[in-house]
Amino acid sequence: MRKPIKLVAIIAIASVFSCGGNEKKEESTYGKKTPVITENKGPASERVDLTSKGVGPVTSLTLDAEIDQDMAAHGMDVYNKMCLACHKIDKKFIGPAPTGILERRTPEWVMNMILNPEQMVKEDPLAKDLLMEFNGAPMANQNLSEEDARAVLEYFRTL
Amino acid sequence: MKNIFKSTLALVALFAAFTSCNNSGKSGGKSGALASNIAEKVYVAPGEHDSHYAFLSGGYSGNLTVYGLPSGRMFKEIPVFSQFPTNGYGYSEESKPMLETSYGFIPWDDSHHPDISQTNGELDGRWIFINGNNTPRIARIGLRSFETEEIIEIPNSAGNHSSSFITENTEYVVAGTRFSVPVPQRDMAIKDYKGNFKGALTFISVDPEHGHMDIKFQVLMPGFNYDLSHPGRGKSHGWFFFTTYNTEEANSLLEVNASQNDKDFIATINWKKIEEYVNNGGGTMMPAKYTHNLLDEATHTTTSTMKKEVRVINPSEVPGAVYLLPTPKSPHGCDVDPSGEYIVGNGKLSANLTVHSFTKMLDAIENEKFAGDAYGIPILNFEDVLAGSVVQPGLGPLHTEFDGEGNAYTTFFISSEVVKWKLGTWEVIDRKPTYYSVGHLTIPGGNSRKPFGKYMFAMNKITKDRYLPVGPEMEHSAQLYDISGDKMELLLDFPTHGEPHYAAAIPAEIIKENSLKFYKLADNKHPRKATNESETKVVRDGKNVHVYMTMIRSHFTPDNIEGVKVGDKVFFHITNLEQDFDVPHGFAMIGANNADLLIAPGQTRTLAWEAKQVGVWPFYCTDFCSALHQEMQGYIRVSPADSDIELSWSFGED
Repeated sequence: MRKPIKLVAIIAIASVFSCGGNEKKEESTYGKKTPVITENKGPASERVDLTSKGVGPVTSLTLDAEIDQDMAAHGMDVYNKMCLACHKIDKKFIGPAPTGILERRTPEWVMNMILNPEQMVKEDPLAKDLLMEFNGAPMANQNLSEEDARAVLEYFRTL
Repeated sequence: MKNIFKSTLALVALFAAFTSCNNSGKSGGKSGALASNIAEKVYVAPGEHDSHYAFLSGGYSGNLTVYGLPSGRMFKEIPVFSQFPTNGYGYSEESKPMLETSYGFIPWDDSHHPDISQTNGELDGRWIFINGNNTPRIARIGLRSFETEEIIEIPNSAGNHSSSFITENTEYVVAGTRFSVPVPQRDMAIKDYKGNFKGALTFISVDPEHGHMDIKFQVLMPGFNYDLSHPGRGKSHGWFFFTTYNTEEANSLLEVNASQNDKDFIATINWKKIEEYVNNGGGTMMPAKYTHNLLDEATHTTTSTMKKEVRVINPSEVPGAVYLLPTPKSPHGCDVDPSGEYIVGNGKLSANLTVHSFTKMLDAIENEKFAGDAYGIPILNFEDVLAGSVVQPGLGPLHTEFDGEGNAYTTFFISSEVVKWKLGTWEVIDRKPTYYSVGHLTIPGGNSRKPFGKYMFAMNKITKDRYLPVGPEMEHSAQLYDISGDKMELLLDFPTHGEPHYAAAIPAEIIKENSLKFYKLADNKHPRKATNESETKVVRDGKNVHVYMTMIRSHFTPDNIEGVKVGDKVFFHITNLEQDFDVPHGFAMIGANNADLLIAPGQTRTLAWEAKQVGVWPFYCTDFCSALHQEMQGYIRVSPADSDIELSWSFGED
């Protein structure tokens, strides 16, 4: 009874050595997950979720009670240069309008959407639904620094 | 008995398991184990990176191609001397000045010898230079952007072949003329060539910070053909060596008449001595017309300037700066070993390979042991400067590179092989066939003080049956060899683009981290940029209409333009607002007589389009950019010439 076990062990060990061994880089998710059909919860842009922080570098952020006007002014400048091509202030355009965004999303979620859009539209349920709602128009990663993204968020508070 | 049975079973199981996943490398004709072993040496798994970059000249394509080693995969074609419809180089208004010459706009050339910039004799990976052979020019390509940043024309030169080789701190890039010509050009009888034509050897200074090129001086040599060159390095730094042929100074039937002399020369120039002479005001400023074309990365725009004079030096003005080393039979390649001691003259019609000694050359000069002179230039004695000969190593030697381990590798065109031989003992160590008729070969860093060994590739002139047949015209073939052992091992065959003459290769880690991902919008200083949509507009200036347009996934702003009239010339100045790696957009306009554009993130490029017919004409993005790429389009309305419709433009307005 012991012999077959030994043999199986040898084959198993040899097999481990003989195949693969290369370090894996970014994994494709193609074909690995069965798409889950989500129930209709209304347009993602109108949904309110004040708990999800999204996926990305910003995990915790507390806003001061008072708006930092200097920071907001800088944020407006960044926004006009980097974001305005797709996001009008107060109407739906290529993407959703930022006015009132903090009534629907956490500050962390907003910053992660700016800083990490590729992963957000793949992994965050709200961002995924937003991508579909906006006809598959991808949120461009404009490579803002975290500081600039924070300033844009402050600008959103003034809208 | 039981035990033997058990062990045998275990061994069989082991063997089966270890070999079970390795079938892909086997190919017909080779034994399985050997073939798969070689396949592994060139296999770069999907998503993995090659270990080396190789930059191959594009020959008659006029461009430079970028390959990976060991895979032999081509990553990019960098347009240099030729218009390139793929991205609009040479068609866009910003890039057209790069192809200006004193002969006017020249949209092609024949590019030959790329060479990577060096610091202390080692490849530093900042720039790569390449020569335009036909309309003599030298280009500098930045290895951050992988774009042609500068082209300088070489006056008094014709057939810019012994170029573009770089001194060990990139002090100079050197351009030698192959054809001697009247200097200055004038109307004269061709038969009066001998004694009257000149060969200009041009030393172009390279600004250490920006790489900007400027002709420091030209040495006007006797009317020989200057074939190839290389700088001294290490102990011979400060000298430059040029092979010559047609020292007979024949002007017709060179095939016969330029092969009469038993020995031609390697011309050597003490450029430090001439530099000092020039810095003290030596030489003569001579009227000349040549262009200097320079890309400004901030404006994304090239400016072409016409230069009016060049400093020329007659060798007799600087005694002790120029000598001639007799070298058998029309030497082609002129290659200097990593120590700087040995100068290899690849006498293409000679049975032996001639190697000169730098130390012996200095000694002969010091003792003034001259065999005579040519037009006042001292000729040294062959025996006095000879270090040794590699005796009958093959037929038709052309070029030599070095591995840094004391070995040299020489190509033989006629016998179609690479021969490995030892410096100092001159013994042949190994030979391997090439397929077929090899020209140059390259070892990463193989013409510097620090070769990186490991790989060598041979670039062949004839392809014949190496690949699936594709009609009479074929790409050339190259072969990659592993040179880490005593014997060379053929690893891979790969097709190359145009006719790659020389190539330069470098370990990937020296340049890959510096590779630019995108242009920063904040740094864009293009005079007609629109770096956000509020800057978009359409402006009329007589018959010229300037459209300041932006593009981002996936729309143009503006995308509706009216008020253009027949006879107008419309300039689309388009800025890509993306600020992410690898998100270019294209721009194509129906009926454009030039090309479409490919615009990198943060970049501004301009396409000129003539409004010829009344109608409403579409434009669109040519580079699939997002799921809404097919929606990335717009219209321009062209009205009759006498129409009074005002210019207007819009995007997404109700």
